[in-house]
Amino acid sequence: MNFDWNFVLSTLPAFGRAVLVTLQVGAIAIATSLLVALVNASILVLRVPLLQRLVGLYVEVARNTPLLIQLFFIYFALPSVGIRISGFSSAIIAMTFLGGAYLTEVLRAGVEAVPKAQIESGLSIGLSRWQLLRHVILPQAGILSLPALFANFIFLLKETTVVSAVAVPEILYTTKNYIAMYYKTYEMLAVMTALCVLLFLPLSLLLAYLERRLQHGQFGS
Amino acid sequence: MSALIELTGFSKRFGDTPVLRGVDLKVERGEVVVILGPSGCGKSTLLRCLNGLESGQGGTLRFAGRELTADTDWREVRQKIGMVFQSYHLFPHKTVLENILLGPLKVQKRAFGEALAHAEALLERVGLLDKRNAYPRELSGGQQQRIAIVRALCMNPEVMLFDEVTAALDPEMVKEVLEVILDLARGGMTLLIVTHEMAFARAVADRILFMDGGVIAEQNAPETFFSNPQTARAQQFLEKFSHVENLPRRK
Amino acid sequence: MASSGLELLWLSAPQLARGAWETLSISASAIAFSTLGGVLYGVLRSLGKRWLDVPLRVYLELFRAIPVLVWLYLFFFGLPIFAGISVPSFWCAVLVLTLWGASEVGEVVRGGLRSLPRGQREAGLAIGLSAVQLYHEVLLPQVLKRITPPTINVYTRIIKTSSLAVLIGVVDVIKVGQQIIERTYESVLIYGFLFLFFFFLCYPLSAASRVLERRWSHA
Repeated sequence: MNFDWNFVLSTLPAFGRAVLVTLQVGAIAIATSLLVALVNASILVLRVPLLQRLVGLYVEVARNTPLLIQLFFIYFALPSVGIRISGFSSAIIAMTFLGGAYLTEVLRAGVEAVPKAQIESGLSIGLSRWQLLRHVILPQAGILSLPALFANFIFLLKETTVVSAVAVPEILYTTKNYIAMYYKTYEMLAVMTALCVLLFLPLSLLLAYLERRLQHGQFGS
Repeated sequence: MSALIELTGFSKRFGDTPVLRGVDLKVERGEVVVILGPSGCGKSTLLRCLNGLESGQGGTLRFAGRELTADTDWREVRQKIGMVFQSYHLFPHKTVLENILLGPLKVQKRAFGEALAHAEALLERVGLLDKRNAYPRELSGGQQQRIAIVRALCMNPEVMLFDEVTAALDPEMVKEVLEVILDLARGGMTLLIVTHEMAFARAVADRILFMDGGVIAEQNAPETFFSNPQTARAQQFLEKFSHVENLPRRK
Repeated sequence: MASSGLELLWLSAPQLARGAWETLSISASAIAFSTLGGVLYGVLRSLGKRWLDVPLRVYLELFRAIPVLVWLYLFFFGLPIFAGISVPSFWCAVLVLTLWGASEVGEVVRGGLRSLPRGQREAGLAIGLSAVQLYHEVLLPQVLKRITPPTINVYTRIIKTSSLAVLIGVVDVIKVGQQIIERTYESVLIYGFLFLFFFFLCYPLSAASRVLERRWSHA
């Protein structure tokens, strides 16, 4: 089986751009999901009456439906009620919808893991609920959540491949395109596999390392 | 007649650390050997090598004349060499009787009626027949350890290994377990016991083995060992135990 | 508008049912085979033999590094090239979801077995149990409770990920929905239906997993 290296080389610029798109979509989705999660986590911790229920509902719905359906709904269904959103934006919105829910859960677990003693000492030096949240709970919850957060970031980055379904030119879409146009299936699959391994394997190993490092120096157990 | 258990120049290392260095040992049938020594001297490891939970890298191990290596079918050997652990390790999801009968029924393929009778007789002997349908979590540490001993005995072993079996028990439960072991010794079973209970060692042993740094530093009859230890290390070791009894009264 | 929407759903019910059956078949098959594969993986990795451990670890990392959708394309486009066989997309999807699912279930099983006290294994060996008997009688029964909630979570993810099968051409409930939309333009209705379809499939499982976890967690 001969491997058409020349062809592969000629596609590298396009794949380079595709990797950038993947990283772009991933980075924006991570950032927006984190924002959403911070707001949600605050609502949950402060136990805001009605909003608390809504956050809970949102998390359940977003975590129990596939990203693909969420994506299709935004990209294909909304136009029929007059809201037309580009593939790229739909991708961001859908991934934020999903990612926000996952990260909310991570932060919530992180908050619950903050030792009660910390909250009690904060209250006993007279901090308001808001100050307690901002200076005591969220920072510590953040550190405790780091491994899980990082794991979810990697997850979101990998999920960017799904948005190829709405023609966002990330790596999977680019691969499919080249296969359709030039029939160099073997070469393109190889490139795609190599890119995935190069992008995601180091991250996954880094996560394992991070988990091990953060195991020491935790409160007690 | 060759010894039941024979170790010649037996060595073992964990990675780069030697744990047993050229141990020579002969245990005759019916003997009760108690192994004493400071932590890390290799006594538990020695025991665990005898039933294949650890394997040595040098020297030979012979059981009933047969050499045992890492390739031996240990399943067969383990039916003849029983072991009781410090943390008893009863199977929590099985009742007492199920714990005891697992080996006889599944490994030795004995008839249920016979195995059951044997198990109940043993339970009677340790005074726990009424607990036969209880789960381990319902029993005290001392009761669980006695059940663990019965579980090992029900396999009809020729040798029983005891690895610090009272170390994890509350003091008031130690006696009931030691009495079971004494009973076994009186019955003529071959026992190898690792323990810190000095008085018990003195009472039950035919021979004391003192280990230090992976070798057998001293071997003797109990009276001799306790009253007149030959080596400096043994003297230091025993001194630490008598230290508590001889603590001067505060003020 | 609403009544014609429900009417449409009612009229399309047979097609949607067929599509749903495809989706459920893929998920159910993948769930069943992943469970078997996962238990096997977990047991094999807990034996501690390097010649088993290394390839299994490679398998795990490959399925973690490469996203499932990429694997779907690899198998779908690649199998004809490498193995000369053309596998129907349904079985491609089942195969990929099984391999991925097995690695996930496998890690749960492996974690569960690792969390057992080492003495259980030793006590079992000391009474002469064989490896098979040891796992069957002593180790696996003990981990069953602690691995069930996370395993159910993997099942939920398998169901959600099975939605990707439509992208390699499986005529599942999503494809059928899209066909209906082509005819009727009722995209909000159909995608709404699909949304609820998956939600009511996955939510009970997630809820059950949480209930079991709470009920079965002992210190």
